[in-house]
Amino acid sequence: METKIYLYPIWIRLWHWSNGLFFLILLFSGLSLQYSAEVYSMIRFDIAVSMHNVSGVILSIAYIIFLLGNIFSANGGYYKIPKSGFHKELFYQIRYYTLGIFTKKKAPYPISIERKFNPLQKLSYVGAMYFLLPILIASGCGLIFPEILIHKVFGMSGLHLTGLTHIIAGFSLSVFMIIHIYFCTIGKTTTSNFKSMINGWH
Amino acid sequence: MYKYLFCLATALFLSLLFNQPVFSQEGKEIPENVIENQKCFQCHGDRFYSYYNDWAERGVRDRMNPFFVLDSAQFYQSNHKTFLCTDCHSSDYENFPHDGLLRMETKFSCMDCHGGDETFAQFHFEKIEEDFQQSVHSILHNDDFTCWKCHNPHTYKLNARNNKNIKKVIVYDNSICLSCHADIDKYQLISKLTNPNILETHEWLPNQALHFSKVRCIECHTEVDKDILIAHKVLPKKEAVRNCADCHSQNSLLMATLYKFESFEKRNDLGFFNATMLGDHYIIGANRNFYLNVASLIIIGFVLMGILIHTVLRFITK
Repeated sequence: METKIYLYPIWIRLWHWSNGLFFLILLFSGLSLQYSAEVYSMIRFDIAVSMHNVSGVILSIAYIIFLLGNIFSANGGYYKIPKSGFHKELFYQIRYYTLGIFTKKKAPYPISIERKFNPLQKLSYVGAMYFLLPILIASGCGLIFPEILIHKVFGMSGLHLTGLTHIIAGFSLSVFMIIHIYFCTIGKTTTSNFKSMINGWH
Repeated sequence: MYKYLFCLATALFLSLLFNQPVFSQEGKEIPENVIENQKCFQCHGDRFYSYYNDWAERGVRDRMNPFFVLDSAQFYQSNHKTFLCTDCHSSDYENFPHDGLLRMETKFSCMDCHGGDETFAQFHFEKIEEDFQQSVHSILHNDDFTCWKCHNPHTYKLNARNNKNIKKVIVYDNSICLSCHADIDKYQLISKLTNPNILETHEWLPNQALHFSKVRCIECHTEVDKDILIAHKVLPKKEAVRNCADCHSQNSLLMATLYKFESFEKRNDLGFFNATMLGDHYIIGANRNFYLNVASLIIIGFVLMGILIHTVLRFITK
């Protein structure tokens, strides 16, 4: 019998699910705002504004907790990208997902207490959590407090550029979330990874 | 004494003979109306005025009614800057002290000069008048509410049509509304109602301060008229725009109001819808980019297709 490892402590699970929930609220309210119409909007505009603002603030606070958790616990170590050989690791992982998985090959980088993420996960999670999400939060702050923005950037409205940045970062993270959810179905069973994020055991 | 009078007469004769224009210290010619109007501004541009009281037989220095004090600098930047005061006011005002009965004089209305004149055809004054007659201001207050309640003839100048800075257009136009709706003294000239606190009545508006500085009152409180640049049919408050998406959408109402003069319906080179809004503003729901929309749909399409193919292959090779 394979031994289970306790991979997801309670604070990570709480952060993960709240992050997911509020990101979904942000996604749907954001889509509703961006594509609002006089006749029909997915969510009434003023309600969508409140939902988006409140959820954005909560998600930002959750992100700070995530950052602090990663700084003061061992969890931050899982996100460190090795200085050499990482591109090869990525190649092996991509080859596994595109070919090996269909020919019953073993995963090249199975999960262990030392390695929570495979190379592809590591790259995408670092990109999402340390690049895209900070951009999303910073541009969101700029849209809530437009008086702090630079008025003109190369002749274009700073507010409009911030809006565009916010939308592009939000869209990219939404794509990440779709792929993330799909890849979570690639476990021992389709639902095993989801259960792990509920009970903490992998 | 005779020598002094001779010099004065000679100077007067010469000035009449050559009829030379008067120049300012900078060497610019001072228009005739400015010289004439200075006689009025001498008192009406100051807080105090002096006159000789024939009854008391002594000179008097008194306070000028603050509502009759005018800023000559503003007047000479206004649309009516070339006017003589007596073009609109009785020439009897040239006598000083003024006859008390002159205050009863009937004031001109805009249409007395601007109506039916081809020179002003581009402004559609007749249509403005028609819309104004249907406005809540006119309906509720009849003849008490004249053009002058909003457009001070001494300071009014064309704004939206001449000003490329939208922010300045907004400040200027909103100050017209606020001159009554934020000033109980002027408001109660025509109404016994207590001036409502507009901050409280607009409490429902998300990001109230942002809206107040980025759009004009008339965006929501007037009915758009395609024939005129500035809508003049002010609606009852129940009919004011309250649906956010009327502005926050691709067919934004703002394109027919605030951005009407510089708006163009086609996307610009960068593919932005409502591109004229991009200069200084970002209006959620109204600023969209055609190419980004298409790119995002293609990306989502590829992602979903990839997931579908991967799922099917996993199922087949299970």
